[in-house]
Amino acid sequence: MNAPAKIETTLKDWVTDQEVRWCPGCGDYAILKAVQRTLPQLGADPANTVFISGIGCSSRFPYYMESYGFHTIHGRAPAIATGTKLANPDLDIWLVTGDGDGLSIGGNHLMHVLRRNVNMQIMLFNNEIYGLTKGQASPTSREGTRSPSTPIGSYDHPARPAAFALGSGARFVGRGFDVSKHLPDVLMAAHAHQGAAFIEIFQNCIVYNKDVFDDFAAPKGAEDRQLWLEDGKPMLFAGDTKGIALDRDALELKVVDVTDGDWKSAGVIAHDVTNRSIAHMLVEMPFGPFPMALGVLYDDPRPTFEAAVAAEREKARAGKEANLARLLGTGQTWTVNGTAADPV
Amino acid sequence: MATTAAVRPQEADIPEAVVVRFAGDSGDGMQLTGGQFTLSTALAGNDLATFPDFPAEIRAPQGTLFGVSAFQINFGSRRINTAGDAPDVLVAMNPAALKVNLAALKPGGLIIADTGAFTKRNLDKAGYDTNPLEDDSLAQWDVLAFDISERTIEAVKPFGLGNKDALRSKNMWTLGLALWMFDRPREPIHDWLKQKFAKKPDIADANIAALDAGHAYGETAELSGPVKQLTMPPVESEPGLYRTITGAEAVSLGLVAGAQLAELPMFFGGYPITPASAILHHLARLKEYGVTTFQAEDEIAAICAAIGASYAGSLGVTSSSGPGIALKGEAMGLAIMTELPLVIVNSQRGGPSTGLPTKTEQSDLYQAVYGRNGDAPLPVVAARSPSDAFECAIEACRIATQYMTPVMLLTDGYIANAAEPWKVPDPASYEPFPAQFLQEKNGEELLPYKRDAKGARPWIKPGTPGLMHRIGGIEKAADTGHIDYSPDNHQAMTDARKDKVLGVDVPDQEVALGDSSGKLAVVGWGSTFGPIHQAVGRARRKGLDVSHIHVRHIWPLPGNLGELLRGFDHVLVPEMNTGQFKTVLRDQYLVDAQPLTKTSGQPFQIAELEEAIGKYFDGVPGNEGGEVAVNEQQLPSPEGGAK
Ligand SMILES: Cc1ncc(C[n+]2csc(CCOP(=O)(O)OP(=O)(O)O)c2C)c(N)n1
Ligand code: SF4
Ligand SMILES: [Mg+2]
Repeated sequence: MNAPAKIETTLKDWVTDQEVRWCPGCGDYAILKAVQRTLPQLGADPANTVFISGIGCSSRFPYYMESYGFHTIHGRAPAIATGTKLANPDLDIWLVTGDGDGLSIGGNHLMHVLRRNVNMQIMLFNNEIYGLTKGQASPTSREGTRSPSTPIGSYDHPARPAAFALGSGARFVGRGFDVSKHLPDVLMAAHAHQGAAFIEIFQNCIVYNKDVFDDFAAPKGAEDRQLWLEDGKPMLFAGDTKGIALDRDALELKVVDVTDGDWKSAGVIAHDVTNRSIAHMLVEMPFGPFPMALGVLYDDPRPTFEAAVAAEREKARAGKEANLARLLGTGQTWTVNGTAADPV
Repeated sequence: MATTAAVRPQEADIPEAVVVRFAGDSGDGMQLTGGQFTLSTALAGNDLATFPDFPAEIRAPQGTLFGVSAFQINFGSRRINTAGDAPDVLVAMNPAALKVNLAALKPGGLIIADTGAFTKRNLDKAGYDTNPLEDDSLAQWDVLAFDISERTIEAVKPFGLGNKDALRSKNMWTLGLALWMFDRPREPIHDWLKQKFAKKPDIADANIAALDAGHAYGETAELSGPVKQLTMPPVESEPGLYRTITGAEAVSLGLVAGAQLAELPMFFGGYPITPASAILHHLARLKEYGVTTFQAEDEIAAICAAIGASYAGSLGVTSSSGPGIALKGEAMGLAIMTELPLVIVNSQRGGPSTGLPTKTEQSDLYQAVYGRNGDAPLPVVAARSPSDAFECAIEACRIATQYMTPVMLLTDGYIANAAEPWKVPDPASYEPFPAQFLQEKNGEELLPYKRDAKGARPWIKPGTPGLMHRIGGIEKAADTGHIDYSPDNHQAMTDARKDKVLGVDVPDQEVALGDSSGKLAVVGWGSTFGPIHQAVGRARRKGLDVSHIHVRHIWPLPGNLGELLRGFDHVLVPEMNTGQFKTVLRDQYLVDAQPLTKTSGQPFQIAELEEAIGKYFDGVPGNEGGEVAVNEQQLPSPEGGAK
């Protein structure tokens, strides 16, 4: 991919004339703002930027971005975006999906776009509910979620989007939440990553699943419940009084107390974004006994799908002339003059 | 070539056409034998049509009835349109092959059987109580039975192969015999074997030895048995370069040509399914022609990726067979709503669900024309033969890019696999239809849904400065393309989509054979062309007032078709389904189209059609048999093709 020239824009340049149709107070507004704030910082060119989404409240997103946009069909955005990226690898693609869109109907496509490593940013707005269809339980809804389709509480086990992504082969896994001031940083890291970058964004559906993330996202007590990961920095939280250490015998993470900032002797580990084993533990780290892991959980690029496709095409082309007339007449042919046939 | 020793039959004995069926176990290499025999037939200048008929199982248990694989070829010194109703020669490599194929063999036909495979075990598996080669049950046919297995082992002995490996060359021995029977040179097959086994020269040599031994056997056997050598004169053909081509190859090449004529790179999304996979395989080897192939995770992803590529300015193409096409339905609706070009190839197979994966049928016509939610019209084009699939693929690309619409191209399992000689066209003889992209605003503001005179909206590539806009599957406002659910707008947009498709420039329907009005019109579409053409030809030779009309443009239908059909007292529609095109014709024209249906997974036989035609005429003279030489002048030129 050619590194495109940086373009100067402001937040306003990314706002469309379309009336935003989310419920007042929906977390989607905050995410929209965060993205519109991030793109100028990236020097992104609206003409070269494409937002591709599936179906859901979250997937309305492209209509509100003054760029190219494609609001597709339920669950299939990863497949559509793959075709778009292969057809024009220079485009900067952002994929917008929901927990239902990306993990129920579109789970298969999400898995494959990640394992193929198609270069794009994939934002999964996780509100743990089907918003657009009026509040049914989704694959990320917690056990016991009461909804029109689960009146006495859901009993299926929720999927974990970040763990799903990593298990599918994602080389970038990030996490943030709608109103977090750090969200643009996570988005920028995702954008800098060459390859499929998966970002789980917790989003408050105030109508059908109000404040389900408050236990870690609410400003009060956030310090104690959020672990913001930074590459090379110790995994500390609660005002640096607690940290994450590795229980080497049990091969699992544990919370340890840190006194006087001496995290080393407490056994706290420094975050290495390229450590896939630790990443697997971080995406599985249960909230409650542990804080919520946020930020860049994993970032270790490898060659992209579209680069491999282009390289194969170049290889096929090398030294060959694409002569259609000759191609049509290839194989075992013969010529007819009058009635006699001569093999050639 | 040792043809001099052959006692040539009298000139008068040489038939105009011969049908040979090679049948054996799936492991016996019958498709390969048939393919190479086809090549030698083409090189001999005969016209031909083939019908490969193989089981769905990859390695069916040896010797079983369901594991029988057959390859039929009809070739002659005149035009051939079908693979032939009944074989003149049946090569049966084991008892199961004999049992499955015997009923089709012409009375008085020749059976060549490998006694080495007629063991007690194989006879049991085929359900024979006694050996049919030894009881009198085959009396109405000529039988040439001898131990091909034994002779093959002998022939390849010098190469030190074990019995099991040696027996693999049985098919080449048989091919050698067949080459002798029809006075064909062995060199092209020698060359092919050397190339195929370039890395294993031993195997190449063993196969060549087997081929030569089979050929030599023919000469000796002739002196004492029912086998006679026959030299079929070449068919009179237009001068030019020829090759054999299957439908799958023709579709692939036609798509490449179509993309070039549209001056676009092609993006092909596919997911393996019989019999459509061959197209994915062919195109995967044509990357230097600006083709990107993508093996998706399922059929939905395959079409969606193609739509995504079309959105970015490539010609998106996807291909599948019935079950996969069903999965693509919702995405076709998206392409219809967003008005993006897309070609969807459906190589139809038999039955609902998994049905008959390796057999042929035309039962997806409703699916093609009507099979989507909402009012979701798209143009449908159907190929009538392997070589016609080339023209149809180009036509599909033209309509898709000129009208900004998905187009469905129908072929079927028969067309996909069957081979026929093809006069290689000059790509320069096709009129290009370069795609246009909008480069600047088409109004004071950008109007992504402003239509041109053809009803098509502009194609706008993401990446174009200043033309940022949003599209999607939600109903669009006319011109601006903004979300708009209002009643009047939906009415107007539904009408606009319908009118655009109905307005596609489709050439007038020609009559394939016969007059343009009269007593009976036999109306076909797709791969029934060959048998209908032959049956109508025979009927006309008997003096019957019958015409053959073959429709390529299934949707929209040719503008003159209704009037044409009303010029006939009767309309008969033979189809390999339960009467789908018949329903469309009745609906569109209120004509009393009568169905003639067949859903056995096998193509129509000429005789079946002749009989059906005969019912419309009192006191029909007897069936004279044999295919007719159809005057090429009466065949319509390929529509929308070479100009
Ligand atoms: C094929 C298909 N099935 C079902 C629907 C209905 N549908 C629309 S959005 C949606 C769920 C959306 O949930 P999610 O992805 O979590 O998005 P949210 O609205 O919560 O942002 C469903 C089931 C549809 N549009 N298409
Ligand atoms: S239903 Fe929920 S997710 Fe959808 S717009 Fe309203 S608040 Fe947002
Ligand atoms: Mg949701």
